[in-house]
Amino acid sequence: MTRGERHNLRTGLAFVSPWIIGFLTFTLYPVGVSLYYSLCDYDVLSTPIWVGALNYRDMLTDEIFWKSLRNTFYFAAFSLPLGMVVSLLTAILLNQSIKGRSLFRAIFFIPSLVPVVAGAMVWIWILNGNFGLLNHALRQLGITHPPQWLSDPAWTKPSLILMSLWGVGNTVVIYLAALQDVPRSLYESADIDGASSIRKLWNITIPLISPVIYFNLIMGIIGSLQVFAQPFVMLGGGGPNRSALFYAVYIYQNAFDYRLMGYACAMAWVLFLIVLLLTWIATRSTRHLIYYAGE
Amino acid sequence: MKQLKQIILYGLLLGGSALFLLPLIWMLSTALKPIEQTMSMPPTWMPYRLYAEWDGDDIPVVLGETVERPTDASEPWVLVRPESDPTAAWRPIQASTLTKRPAPRWMNFINAVKAMKHFGLYLKNTVILCVLTVVGTVLSSALAAYGFSRIDWRGRNKVFLIALATMMIPFPVVMVPLYCLYRSLGWIGTLRPLWVGSFFAGAFNVFLLRQFFMSIPKDLSDAARIDGCGEFRIFWQIIMPLCRPALMVVGLFQFMATWNDFLGPLIYLTDQKDFTLALGLQFFQSQHGGTEWNYLMAASTLVILPIIIIFFIAQKSFVEGISMTGLKG
Repeated sequence: MTRGERHNLRTGLAFVSPWIIGFLTFTLYPVGVSLYYSLCDYDVLSTPIWVGALNYRDMLTDEIFWKSLRNTFYFAAFSLPLGMVVSLLTAILLNQSIKGRSLFRAIFFIPSLVPVVAGAMVWIWILNGNFGLLNHALRQLGITHPPQWLSDPAWTKPSLILMSLWGVGNTVVIYLAALQDVPRSLYESADIDGASSIRKLWNITIPLISPVIYFNLIMGIIGSLQVFAQPFVMLGGGGPNRSALFYAVYIYQNAFDYRLMGYACAMAWVLFLIVLLLTWIATRSTRHLIYYAGE
Repeated sequence: MKQLKQIILYGLLLGGSALFLLPLIWMLSTALKPIEQTMSMPPTWMPYRLYAEWDGDDIPVVLGETVERPTDASEPWVLVRPESDPTAAWRPIQASTLTKRPAPRWMNFINAVKAMKHFGLYLKNTVILCVLTVVGTVLSSALAAYGFSRIDWRGRNKVFLIALATMMIPFPVVMVPLYCLYRSLGWIGTLRPLWVGSFFAGAFNVFLLRQFFMSIPKDLSDAARIDGCGEFRIFWQIIMPLCRPALMVVGLFQFMATWNDFLGPLIYLTDQKDFTLALGLQFFQSQHGGTEWNYLMAASTLVILPIIIIFFIAQKSFVEGISMTGLKG
């Protein structure tokens, strides 16, 4: 190493040091400890007792664990694809030459800025079985017995899915930025060839923004499997019959209500593995579909 | 054909906008109603007051029971008394002579703040946390991003890959060990766990700023170095001022994240007086929920309002920042 290189290494590390310290203290150390705790019986107050894979084996027979996993997959399986379709279609609408575009964009975007807890309050009220706005509207449409959204186990998850669609504005803005980067000339030549709107969407727009779709898919997988605040605030400890007990909520309960820190860590590791696995599958299965302009 | 397309386009946009806005309008409408109007059937959008003629004056009245009047069975009669005088005797009047006039109850906001008991403290705690985390995040992420983009050092890109990889780790994995760490430091029940970490550069912000730093020509730094300018001075006096828009975005996102955070305060705060607005709102709902809808909605409005105001002030930064996350990802 020359003197210059050594100097650069020193200055570089000095600048990066906040991240290095943060990485060691708030990531590497807790990740390691978490793995250790997941193999222990630990209640915070006494020292951890090594139990090997017991926590992981307990999960296999813990019906509530399976229920929380099923609930979470159910939520993700609907809210993620629905959210992606709704946000892409909204972005396409907003990308047309329309008057008042920035106003429309603001309107679709603002709900995604609403703090989760405050948004949850608004939706608890809207979804109220007796006086809620949604059921008023449904009664107007002739549905005499609209669902008790938050107290009927069959409707708690659909309620949360519906609510998640209200917050797609963030994704809409990401898509909108991507759509504006698609060269106009491609559409113009397609017009000359007499291509229909749907063909243009399918053969030009979607391929060209596929990296962004992929990005949103991955972020969506990571986010929807960890959803916590909405179900926790709206449905307390999991709602009627634990129908909205989501994975992250159950981890929280194990850690802070039951003081089963070891079990909570083990569940967190299983979540991490699921996230990695799904990300890997999503990456593998879409690889040949994604178009990168540089290649 | 072209016209039809335009009609459908605007129809969809207007319909969609209505659906997205209605929840917030309904929140505001409920926040401004007296409690009995929140549960009226059918619902009303505009909070109102009832007026009736009383000794020749047109005054606001409270509605009582419906009464039978054998003389005119087709017209319902109701009992009313002046709003200002709860001791006055009820008088029957013809329901059709009552008039509704828009009357938002702005007092609900004051009452909601009072009902939340420590609203002032919640606000203060939230603002303290926002200031500390924004300062911490912007400074530390900028330093780290500078080190990852504008200085060539051996192993830099490998280390940066590690930084990117940490973004995949779900929070629950580190949640328990962090709790135990803060507990052994005696920090549970203080605000410290909620801001100290922000002074140690999170990967996502480093990534965002690094993209921006890399777009500044290298010659700029080289010229300064030849002039004998130290690396920190280059960072502080040349690069930082050029990156104001990106720093704004990072600061803005951090502000939002702190303002909105629920899980962190839920885990680390124990005393009601230390709560943030998000946690305080949830606490209020768990105690008064299901009854005082108008106060709950007024409190929610107060928590949302600053965010919306900031959005309108910094709309450009928001949109640019979000576009940046998606495109460069």
